[in-house]
Amino acid sequence: MTSAVVRAAAGLAVLVASVAVAITIGPADIGVGEVWSAVASHLGGRTSELTPIRDGIVWNLRLPRTLLAAVCGAGLAVCGAVMQSLLRNPLADPFVLGVSSGASTGAVVVVVLGAGGGVLSVSGGAFVGALCSFALVLLLSHTLGGTTDRVVLAGVAAMQLFSALTSFVVTTAADAETTRGVLFWLLGSLGGADWTDVQLCAAVLAIALLVCLGRARTLDAFAFGPQAAASLGVSVARTRLVLLCVTALLTAALVSVAGAIGFVGLVLPHAARALGGPGHARLLPVTALAGAVFLVWADTVARTALDPQEVPVGVVTSLIGVPGFVLILYRTRRVNR
Amino acid sequence: MTLGAHRVSRTAAGRLILDGVDLTPLPGSFTGLLGPNGSGKSTLLRLLAGVLAPASGVVTLDGHPLGDLGRRAVARRVAVVEQQVDTQLDLTVLDVVRLGRIPHRRAWSPPTPADERAVRTALERTDLTDKADRSWHTLSGGERQRVQIARALAQEPRELLLDEPTNHLDIQHQLDLLALIAELRVTSVVALHDLNLAAMYCDRIVVLGQGRVVACGTPAETLTEALIADVYGVRATVTRTGEGPGDHPHIRFLGTLPDR
Repeated sequence: MTSAVVRAAAGLAVLVASVAVAITIGPADIGVGEVWSAVASHLGGRTSELTPIRDGIVWNLRLPRTLLAAVCGAGLAVCGAVMQSLLRNPLADPFVLGVSSGASTGAVVVVVLGAGGGVLSVSGGAFVGALCSFALVLLLSHTLGGTTDRVVLAGVAAMQLFSALTSFVVTTAADAETTRGVLFWLLGSLGGADWTDVQLCAAVLAIALLVCLGRARTLDAFAFGPQAAASLGVSVARTRLVLLCVTALLTAALVSVAGAIGFVGLVLPHAARALGGPGHARLLPVTALAGAVFLVWADTVARTALDPQEVPVGVVTSLIGVPGFVLILYRTRRVNR
Repeated sequence: MTLGAHRVSRTAAGRLILDGVDLTPLPGSFTGLLGPNGSGKSTLLRLLAGVLAPASGVVTLDGHPLGDLGRRAVARRVAVVEQQVDTQLDLTVLDVVRLGRIPHRRAWSPPTPADERAVRTALERTDLTDKADRSWHTLSGGERQRVQIARALAQEPRELLLDEPTNHLDIQHQLDLLALIAELRVTSVVALHDLNLAAMYCDRIVVLGQGRVVACGTPAETLTEALIADVYGVRATVTRTGEGPGDHPHIRFLGTLPDR
């Protein structure tokens, strides 16, 4: 137990250190000490010694953006881990149920067609779109028989449908500039992060994480399939519904503020299994921490590598992530055979 | 009091799989479930485990319908070993056996000493202690079967349901396994294909044919030349091995019967 506490503390320390270092990096030339003292004065309720503009860069741009990266990374990775276990599919990710394509359709409908009459923001449109897509997947998979592979197939169908709708709207109604903006958003970007986004997403993440951790043992029971889980006392249908809804809601919230950041939810759970083993009571926190640290650094690279131009963070996650993924697969290959 | 199936039926895709089957094992006894492929053995075991619900009839545990007891309560009493299960996760033998404690554990709490003791005992009884750290994926079919049985024992069941547990095992491990089940003071219902093994170890035998109980009783009462010809379509001679408690029928197969 004590060693578990030590490991948890070490993991959190890595995350805090990553955030602390990441916010000192950026195009505006603000010294490390200045950044930290500005953050410290805000946390202590004092006024910062920096000029309002420089203080704003630290407190209203870099810090919320970095924290949102941590929250998104943790959330997407945990959703991926839960989906992979629940659907018994190593290729499952948070977007397997069509949530991201639904979100993009919703966002595009708002941006390009001006739906919602200005009341609905891009994020709001994305959230509504994501929920529509998820509802369609639930309905489809239920009518098609409700088994695991049917859920995945229904997700694929919804994903194709909503991607086609997005493309249709973009190609028929959008001008070049709008298209570029939408495409950038689809690839994922944390550039628009503000404190409201951080608070909202952190709250949803906390609730979802608690629900999933409370069912860690139940998720373990799915190792040998739903039938085996049922014989270990798990209410399979109810567990599946609760966890699918919770992860879909969390994914929808994250996608609607940050776009569809790929790769994190697919790969980080595999990396976390290599680090923390297959038991979910440990795997889920490890996955959350690994996802948070990974996305904090990926976003730091995304916003600084080609300064002043910004690279979509989804591009960076894949460019950094794929070599790491191959390495993990190579190592587990030797363990397995 | 223990598990009992009372006039249970089950249909799948319009076909009747089980048709009014009764099965009431004596507490602590070893019941062999025999019958050709497709006779409904696996389905009956799943009904007894409460994993499937009967279309009609009722399965009871200590007189209470399974549906009234709740899945976890049933899983603390009844353990199941399915045929040929597999996982994509990289689990060790110990990880798999620990799954058996899930029905006993509470959310948010670490394993208790009782959990660890049950896992250790299960590993010892199945002779897997020194393989505890082996990866599931490196095990042979027979070892995997033993790990699943260890997992079932870790549940500390009073009722044990096994679906053809001797598949993939060499003859030594088949005998060891059935002797182990017979030694356990639990009510066990075991689907088997090998009639001679069933005759050696079972207290009672239930023979299914096309979803109905064709015969039930002691091995000597049920495993007769007439029944084997009728249910399996096979000619056989049945001899008795001797007098006293070790007495059980011995079946020698002579060939299949021509079209019936």
